[in-house]
Amino acid sequence: MEATVVKTGTEGKTWGGGNQPLKASYGKMMMWFFIVSDALTFSGFLASYGFSRFKFVDAWPIPDEVFTHFPFLHGVDAPMYYVAFMTFILIFSSVTMVLAVDAGHKMQQNKVILYMFLTIIGGFIFLGSQAWEWATFIKGDYGAIETKGGQIVQFLDKEGERVALRDFAVMATGERAEQTKENGIWFKNESEYYPSVSFEQVKEGFLANDNLLVRVQHKDEHGHHIILNREESIAKVVNDGQMVVEGANLRHNEYGHPLFANFFFFITGFHGFHVATGVLINCIIFFNIILGTYERRGHYEMVEKVGLYWHFVDLVWVFVFTFFYLV
Amino acid sequence: MAHDQAHKLAIFRGTLKFKSNVTKIWGVFVILSIVTTIEVALGIIRPAFLVDTHFLALKLLNWIFILLTLFKAYYITWDFMHMRDETTGLRRAVIWTSLFLISYLVVLLLIEGDYIYEVYKIGFIKFNF
Repeated sequence: MEATVVKTGTEGKTWGGGNQPLKASYGKMMMWFFIVSDALTFSGFLASYGFSRFKFVDAWPIPDEVFTHFPFLHGVDAPMYYVAFMTFILIFSSVTMVLAVDAGHKMQQNKVILYMFLTIIGGFIFLGSQAWEWATFIKGDYGAIETKGGQIVQFLDKEGERVALRDFAVMATGERAEQTKENGIWFKNESEYYPSVSFEQVKEGFLANDNLLVRVQHKDEHGHHIILNREESIAKVVNDGQMVVEGANLRHNEYGHPLFANFFFFITGFHGFHVATGVLINCIIFFNIILGTYERRGHYEMVEKVGLYWHFVDLVWVFVFTFFYLV
Repeated sequence: MAHDQAHKLAIFRGTLKFKSNVTKIWGVFVILSIVTTIEVALGIIRPAFLVDTHFLALKLLNWIFILLTLFKAYYITWDFMHMRDETTGLRRAVIWTSLFLISYLVVLLLIEGDYIYEVYKIGFIKFNF
């Protein structure tokens, strides 16, 4: 009886299998393709940010006026220095990562440990900075009022300097009545968002202080927010004003259009989530290196794969930095 | 698999050659730092002639930011992620695919956003209250 082994006649030829035309291991190639799909996710977010920004292009907040804080420097106007610092931290931790990959190629275990450790530290510094950035953004700065049409109105003095609500709002005269189920409409709850001053106090303080002007969300042709004169300012606050906004959340944003805050939270949050998982994976690999797993395996390719992910996170930040803070 | 293929050590189309992979990494770090510093400086100063000059619907300053960002992205991908050392096939599979899809999406969405802006601006309903 004849043997049933079928020969295809392709052994040793291109289509015979066992070829590696891309000369990359399975894991590394899949990390690359994961990065491609993740890059498409991030560009979807950034493109929709661009879409919304183009839609409200004459009323979009100016990032230089939003991110002006630096830790321990209160009241100092430091636009973008802190984000620049964060960018350098991330680029530097990319450098230590690629040095770890290089040391891994040369099978120098102790050097890989050191560089991975520095990379993880850089990741933690970045995450802490981002938490601080978020906290500052949520807490807000000067405060503003929102009109019935959802526009943000900010207060300035005659010199054009921003004035905080707490500096001119009149003190409360009566007690604030809390909304409870017994003495109100039963299905209405106490609002979960209280500003430190009420709209009435702000209005009264604004009318009493002749030195104050407002500026609106819309911008002139040079890209500066339009400042109204005293009569227009009074008309704007009295006729259109509705509520006080302090800081930013998903519904209200004292810096300008609420979409700006939504995209800020969503995009930097998604990026921060990537950094956090990157730190986690780096830690796992770090302990594996200490345990000597890759020495026994004979190669440090895992460091290279996690390195690809870590550099990708840095790459995304480069784009977030440009489109959120610079452009 | 202890490092069987050598790294390509020349950047800037071969005009700047490094002696070892480690010096190349530090060289790229210096380049990225310089570019980031330029970006931050431009972002803080915002020179008036760059802000007021428009080119293809964007401020000239924003084009500069975008080009510098792509420059940085190139060196991060090519030297930190070792794309320079990968085969042509892998490089094209990753770069061409993402570049095509991303630029397609961005161009379409920005045109659409600008169109809606015009509709809001010339429409009968006023949003300015």
